[in-house]
Amino acid sequence: MRWMWIDRVIELVPRTRLVAIKNVSLAEEHLHDHFAADIGRGLPATPVMPASLVVEGLAQTGGILVGHASGFAYNVVLAKVGKFELTRDVFPGATLRYTATAERFDDAGASIRGEVAMLDHARAAEGFVTIGSIELIFSHLNNSMVAGAGLENLPAHNFVFGESFKSLLRNSGFGEA
Amino acid sequence: MTRADIEAKVRGVLVDALAVDDEDVTLKASLVRDLGAESIDFLDIVFKLEQAFGFKIGEGELFPNSFAQDPKFVSAGKVTGDGVAFLKQRMPKLDLSSFEKDPSVSKVPGLFTVEMIVDFVEKKLGTH
Repeated sequence: MRWMWIDRVIELVPRTRLVAIKNVSLAEEHLHDHFAADIGRGLPATPVMPASLVVEGLAQTGGILVGHASGFAYNVVLAKVGKFELTRDVFPGATLRYTATAERFDDAGASIRGEVAMLDHARAAEGFVTIGSIELIFSHLNNSMVAGAGLENLPAHNFVFGESFKSLLRNSGFGEA
Repeated sequence: MTRADIEAKVRGVLVDALAVDDEDVTLKASLVRDLGAESIDFLDIVFKLEQAFGFKIGEGELFPNSFAQDPKFVSAGKVTGDGVAFLKQRMPKLDLSSFEKDPSVSKVPGLFTVEMIVDFVEKKLGTH
């Protein structure tokens, strides 16, 4: 079981762009704590998707794009979050659309620009409205990079892109990853 | 593009990549010691320089990132004589006198300065 923060991939242009959808649901338990009602202070429950999970969704979207580019030959890890901006709160019932665009690939990793747009179904006529952006750097993790860091002997299999991500791509209609 | 133009652009890249103040990015500033760069920032800096100047930087061309994996240059955590020669050739303005007393490979990133990047860009644009 893996922490999946995207529900479906809707567009994949290899090495160029990947677009994914996340439906925010009140069934997600953390939303009941973020933020719970504070009776003493008279504050009602206010479920808001944590911005850190928006970052995670963007990172997963970008990570699949980077992993796909090498046929999932590398363990792709998020190495750096550059600027991140989120201008609106995200509430249950909203749909988020994450767009990851590749800016640069090389043997060491990749630089990705991400954008998040929100569809508020109560204002469906407005369509998706851009509410944030991010800069991400991904690194291809290998044994030589972690030598000396007490992390020798990484698992031989690809431990970043396991079955969950492959199923997600397959179920989104993008074939066998 | 004048040297001043290059410096201004390099400063912009570093302010952006390292989230530091403009005035802290002096020519002699060490990327690691003074500006807080970590290993992954070097990759970020390379990407941003490419965008800013419109050229491609080959792997290891600016920062010798595979240097530490080369047994000719690094042995038992120390930079060898060949390794020091390589660094000198790569960064001619570098003062390696104190480094040579304790040439730990972990100290190599600390040698990289803002000026080294400006020199690199100037040379690269000149030979374009």
